[in-house]
Amino acid sequence: MTNAVLTGLVLGGMYALIAMGLTLQYGVARIMNLSYGEFLIGAAFASYWLFTGWALNPLAGLAFVIPVSFGISYLLYRVLLTPLVRRARTRDALEVDSILATFGMMFIVQGIMLTMFGGAYFSYSFLAVPVTVVGEVLALNRLIAFGLAVVVGLALYLTLTRTRIGTSIRAVAVDPIAAQLVAIDVTRTSALAFALGGALVASAGVLISMFLTFSATSGVVFTMKALIVVVMGGVGNLLGCLVAGLALGLSEALVATFIDPGLTLAVNFALFLGVLLVKPAGIFGRAQR
Amino acid sequence: MSRTQMTTGAICLAAVVALAFVPMIVDAYHLALAISLLQFTVLATAWGMFSGPTRYVSLATTAFFGVGAYTVAVLGEQLPWSLVLLIAAVIGAVMAVIVGLSTLRLSGVHFVIFTFGLAELVRQIVVWYEVNKTRVLGRYVFVDITQNDIYWQLLALAVIVFGAGWLIARSRFGFALRIIGEDETVARHCGINVTIAKVALFTITATFMTLVGAVMAPRFTYIEPSIAFNATISFEVVIMALLGGAHRLWGPALGAIPLTLLFDFLSARFPSTSTLIMGVVFLLIVYALPSGVVGLWERLKTWRPTASKMRGAQA
Repeated sequence: MTNAVLTGLVLGGMYALIAMGLTLQYGVARIMNLSYGEFLIGAAFASYWLFTGWALNPLAGLAFVIPVSFGISYLLYRVLLTPLVRRARTRDALEVDSILATFGMMFIVQGIMLTMFGGAYFSYSFLAVPVTVVGEVLALNRLIAFGLAVVVGLALYLTLTRTRIGTSIRAVAVDPIAAQLVAIDVTRTSALAFALGGALVASAGVLISMFLTFSATSGVVFTMKALIVVVMGGVGNLLGCLVAGLALGLSEALVATFIDPGLTLAVNFALFLGVLLVKPAGIFGRAQR
Repeated sequence: MSRTQMTTGAICLAAVVALAFVPMIVDAYHLALAISLLQFTVLATAWGMFSGPTRYVSLATTAFFGVGAYTVAVLGEQLPWSLVLLIAAVIGAVMAVIVGLSTLRLSGVHFVIFTFGLAELVRQIVVWYEVNKTRVLGRYVFVDITQNDIYWQLLALAVIVFGAGWLIARSRFGFALRIIGEDETVARHCGINVTIAKVALFTITATFMTLVGAVMAPRFTYIEPSIAFNATISFEVVIMALLGGAHRLWGPALGAIPLTLLFDFLSARFPSTSTLIMGVVFLLIVYALPSGVVGLWERLKTWRPTASKMRGAQA
């Protein structure tokens, strides 16, 4: 039981971290990114490549992966997605366009990874040493990943609530048109939020690659879980991400331990529908936007 | 009925009759190609029938396709063929009603997320059931259905889909759907029950997709969840319907034909990079042809007269 809860908490922390990036991309930049999980897997592959090819510690690899993914995401938004934002007349139109564009992007990124690495599963062994926490044995790499997820999440929260740029990001999330009235450059702020989301998902990808096996096609599942967490917690809400992510991780671990590991997705969807039937805007969502 | 409508009807009838004779003329390879063409025409048209007027992007085509195929794999040997098809259609419809009722009352995003995961969810449940209860994973489809039968059944399905689409577009139901697509709030104020209309349309089109899966199942011979619930089908159907233009009934078919041929060529010539190329084609369509070939054609048609008028005004 304790083991299931601990595994669930670690998993939930990862889900929360993954979802925080998506909530920035969807809540602020208004891009519903269906290729999100592909970027996670891309970072996992980068970390794998750095570790096996250059013997670079994944934690040190973060220093390389995060800026690169930030830059890629920024360019992606500026080059590919800004035309869609300009073209869209309403928010719904942008939603449909961004869904379609990122759906195509998902296959492109997946195709690149398939061409480079093939369809096999990859993993590497880093800090796979057992440690004992409250009487239960856990792998050290999971604990470190969880600890770093907490640090990154906290840093993001403080940036968003305590700094000027964070405040303008939150202003765009609330109302992109009114934000212009107080001299916020909405396009630039959106691009920044999108890139920040890309950097977050890349760091999550590196952390996850330390303890999970992954393949070129396993990004879809992460996209789905991130979307579920974001919508369940309320779009654009970091605290919602945390609560919903932990709920998802815990329920998954409990079901996998006590019922059947093959039913985790069913639990995700059941939880998702259950929350939405009671609160359609999510746990911390505002009723009408 | 006006004269042009009668001519159109006559041409369509002649085309269907001509298509019905195709299996007698062509060889096995071209028959297989014709089957793929019809399969994607029906799938893309059904997709466009729902997503065109309502503007909800459904990514769940393969979930319904797979349910149809799997129903045949499980029941195909025990029951007569027509009964199997009927059961497949009922299962597909029930699933669509459940999905529709739980997500279509909410905003479009919930629907997209749910359909995005639906195929994976159904696949996981099927695997779980097969592993734990029946203890078989992967089934052989031994039914007495030839390639010619598959072709004719798909052709019949195509006729029914187009007939249904035509009837819906002319009915009060179709009018209500167009209003919903333009503005859902207005539709509600007109007294349209938005949820029932959307769920009904989703169910009708999903039933067609399930039937395509059921009809195509004998062609696989061997079915396992990862074959039946192949995500590429959802992707291909969306891109075909978009290329053609989902807001017209015959638009998706225009996209299905060239892209089926293209994908067939790609998977034969560049098997390792086909996913990448398909993704690029998809992006090109989204950026360059947002309303499809049909939309482009309609823009050109309306653009020409104004251009000549301008010239007239200058002179």
